[in-house]
Amino acid sequence: MVTFFGVPIQALMGQLLLGLINGASYAVLSLGLALIFGLLNIINFAHGAQYMMGAFVAWMLLTYAGINYWLALLVAPLVVGLFGVLIERLLLHRLYKLDHLYGLLLTFGLALIMEGLFRQAYGISGQSYDPPQMLQGGVNLGFMFLPLYRGWVVVVALAVCLAVWAGIEKTRLGALLRAATENPALVRAFGVNVPLLITGTYGFGAALAAFAGVLAAPLYSINPLMGSNIIIIVFAVVVIGGMGSILGSVLTGFGLGLVEGLTKVFYPEASSTVIFVIMAIVLLIKPAGLFGRAN
Amino acid sequence: MHEPHAGGAGAPLLAVRDLHAWYGESHILHGMDFEVRPGEVATLLGRNGAGKTTTLKAIMGMVGRRTGSVVFEGGETIRMPSNRIARAGIAYCPEERGIFASLTVAENLVLPPVIRPGGLTLAEVHELFPRLQERADSQGTKLSGGEQQMLAIARILRTGSTLLLLDEPTEGLAPVIVQHIGTILHRLKERGFTILLVEQNFHFAAGVADRHHVVEHGRVVDCVPNSQASTATLQGYLGV
Ligand SMILES: Nc1ncnc2c1ncn2[C@@H]1O[C@H](COP(=O)(O)OP(=O)(O)O)[C@@H](O)[C@H]1O
Ligand SMILES: [Mg+2]
Repeated sequence: MVTFFGVPIQALMGQLLLGLINGASYAVLSLGLALIFGLLNIINFAHGAQYMMGAFVAWMLLTYAGINYWLALLVAPLVVGLFGVLIERLLLHRLYKLDHLYGLLLTFGLALIMEGLFRQAYGISGQSYDPPQMLQGGVNLGFMFLPLYRGWVVVVALAVCLAVWAGIEKTRLGALLRAATENPALVRAFGVNVPLLITGTYGFGAALAAFAGVLAAPLYSINPLMGSNIIIIVFAVVVIGGMGSILGSVLTGFGLGLVEGLTKVFYPEASSTVIFVIMAIVLLIKPAGLFGRAN
Repeated sequence: MHEPHAGGAGAPLLAVRDLHAWYGESHILHGMDFEVRPGEVATLLGRNGAGKTTTLKAIMGMVGRRTGSVVFEGGETIRMPSNRIARAGIAYCPEERGIFASLTVAENLVLPPVIRPGGLTLAEVHELFPRLQERADSQGTKLSGGEQQMLAIARILRTGSTLLLLDEPTEGLAPVIVQHIGTILHRLKERGFTILLVEQNFHFAAGVADRHHVVEHGRVVDCVPNSQASTATLQGYLGV
């Protein structure tokens, strides 16, 4: 049997793949957080709940309306995104003149309410969701067995991250967003409807979280607490990558997923804390984060 | 370039009446009254802290609270948010220049949306400011101070706005660059732009302006045609 530092290569590859998959969720989730933080200056504590809602909406679409995975991949982010738009218009909108702390508290409260409602309705035992027919089974790569759905998650998450990054760096809308992140008052004085841009960004961030939730639905059990479990790690990812840095949050998301996977192989006891250890070290050495700009 | 507008011949392009403005609790403008006529270069002159920048921001709707009247092309703008004021045809070049660090020079240049036809084309802008084309791919804030000022002026010329609000475009720049900006303002005036210029540099202002408004403590205390502006009186106001 082929081994690598005493670890069977199969096991190593398996954990790396798991790491990549977790990293994919981290990346998509921290991307949305970074977008929202950049423009709204709000740490969106409802992000985990929006991820959970994405998974639940996909499950509800299938269970109550027979709407399949592929459509849910579009519809669930749309539904949760619109919900985000409502939250921004009706609630967050009123808090911009106050300290950022209020936005954080509000989104934290919303997350608790959403979790509570889903717990009330569905309990915490969890629902299962099958991967679409097309992506069931797997392929033998020789050195490991790759479940198709897991491969798909990594690829599609990477593609989404790249597309969002390109949209921000290479398009006019992206330039407006970057400029409004720096100086919203001036961009508005050029005739741009910045409040609309802000609403759209929050909605888009929520939709991204929901998208990650739909991707995760066939991988894990869908339960009301799935968001708060993952979001703590994602906050650490964002802190390590640097608040508000788009590319930084994507790279850090995938990178830390891999680090977590490797830790599971070589020192399993530390696998659930390694990210927080890294966060503490980064905060001590480079408080603005690996890709953040100090200001 | 400028169409005849509501109010008939001789009507001002911009009429500011009894304009008050506040930052939080601080009452900064105490009833500004002045006009800018189509095609002219008018200045707001005054010492540091007199309220010149606040006046431009109040016209753009960028202060906490404002009252009074700001009529542009015959339409009242006092209750509009700043994005609608910009879309009415007023373009703003801030004192701190406001070049975006996360945008390239080219991206900075085309950031302000074109709000109506009649503005300069990109080619015309490049002809006026060749340096901006050479540095198109640089980060906006990597330009020198003078180049950043050029960029801040250049980017509002494409929009089709007829009134330019320029806040101390010569501040902190070398004499040769100040002179260059003077030439540019002359060309913009010939092109039909109307300019409201905030200055502390009276010599520069006297070289480009048709009329001066002297601002003290948030009010216009004097209005002098450039031809009658004696260096002595205006420098007295400016305290230089
Ligand atoms: N953002 C602000 N908050 C509170 N006060 C301000 C602010 N900006 C300017 N001021 C005050 O308003 C007054 C006028 O400032 P300003 O319009 O910048 O003057 P000027 O441009 O003529 O030098 C000054 O006393 C200044 O301290
Ligand atoms: Mg000033």
